[in-house]
Amino acid sequence: MVRVTHWITTLSFLALLVTGAEILISHPRFYWGETGNVLTPPLFKMPIPASRATVPTGYGYVLPDQNGWSRYLHFQSAWVAVLTGLLYVVFGLVNGHFRRNLFPARADLSWRGLARVISQHLRFRPASEEDAWSYNVLQQLTYLLVIFVLFPLVIWTGLAMSPAIASGFPAAVTILGGQQSARTIHFFVSVLLVLFLLVHVVMVSLAGFRNRVRAMIAGSPATHRERT
Amino acid sequence: MNKLSRRRLIATGLAATAGASGLAVAAKLARRYGLIPPDGGGLYGPGETLTYAAQRLLTRHSMAREFSHNQISKPPFPNAVDPLGEAFQRLRNGAFSDWRLAVDGMVARPASFSLGELKSFPRRSQITHLACEEGWSYIAEWIGVPLSHILDVVGTLPQARYIVYRSFQPGWWESIDMADALHPQTLVTHGMNGGELPVAFGGPLRLRVPRQLGYKSVKYITRLTISDSLKRFGKGLGSAAPEAGYAWYAGI
Repeated sequence: MVRVTHWITTLSFLALLVTGAEILISHPRFYWGETGNVLTPPLFKMPIPASRATVPTGYGYVLPDQNGWSRYLHFQSAWVAVLTGLLYVVFGLVNGHFRRNLFPARADLSWRGLARVISQHLRFRPASEEDAWSYNVLQQLTYLLVIFVLFPLVIWTGLAMSPAIASGFPAAVTILGGQQSARTIHFFVSVLLVLFLLVHVVMVSLAGFRNRVRAMIAGSPATHRERT
Repeated sequence: MNKLSRRRLIATGLAATAGASGLAVAAKLARRYGLIPPDGGGLYGPGETLTYAAQRLLTRHSMAREFSHNQISKPPFPNAVDPLGEAFQRLRNGAFSDWRLAVDGMVARPASFSLGELKSFPRRSQITHLACEEGWSYIAEWIGVPLSHILDVVGTLPQARYIVYRSFQPGWWESIDMADALHPQTLVTHGMNGGELPVAFGGPLRLRVPRQLGYKSVKYITRLTISDSLKRFGKGLGSAAPEAGYAWYAGI
């Protein structure tokens, strides 16, 4: 279940990323508060051309409009990701995956335990054979951050941009500071998720790409024929 | 095949069957309660249906947030519009006194209202957010007749399910379901920020649907058609938006 939900999430995350970027280029400016448009000063803007002629970008051309299918696919992928995430969280709580694999042991959470893992990482010391099956404390904390902070935040800020959700649950918008703030936070959380993805892929490669990906798909690394 | 994997196979089979029949029941219920959008077929149909159904269940009667006068955006941003042509210019020269809003379809008394008549109807003013699907937004005060009042005047028949509205601009037409049509904040708008509705913002007449994105708030409306189905309009997808690749329901 952990592996199936992982790969469904991967696919929908990539779809969300591509379509999110497509939607972003129709207005590559960010604001804080409730409102913002080309007549108001932005918090910051991205130095890229836009897919709308109304946005002053400094570029002499306008990119093709891809928002229609991008929005359709963005929201459909969001549904897939959210429903898969719910399944994963319920399953993880019921069968003990979180307790067994993700919640750090008390001993690991000490400064000395953390320092040991960090120094191992800094010296690029590969994981020992018996560690190949479990997550170390840094992995555990990162995964917990992604699963219980970043994903909920990106879902919340996404929903807060919806005018219908804003009408039904106004506090969900005002707590964030407004709909444009929600859009800006949505962008930054997405950037953090992309950073996580990059580090995640690099770590998997360093750990031996073929072996790790085999474990992610089939469930066991090749060195561990027998799971005890 | 060992015992464990056979048990797993049976469990998976049972779960799949339960899932499939659950989906079938859900689809039937969704159709019965009008929770399937007109563009609910095709590749992105499942996502659209989930979004529309969820928002109808959660926010059918919710009110769009209203803001205070000091939150009105100065200046608001009028999106670009295509040239409106000579016929529009003639109406504009006559201060839009010849502008008419026709109401037809499933109504007891089809009618055509002048701008003056619409302005004599009970009016409502509200300060709401207008967000474009592109990502920008502004807050303005909108003044107009609640669409529900016009529907009362013409006598909407009980089988009505959608209101189709058309713009003076050829090719621009949209539709909303009765939840939005009867919603007290859905306004046939003729005023903005204390004055007349400027042409750049859709004057003389714009349908404001504040619980959906800006593209549902069509500018320069000339005709409302009340219908029990959207199949006969255009390609049957509900409005011009899905024909151009955009979602019919824009509450998100």
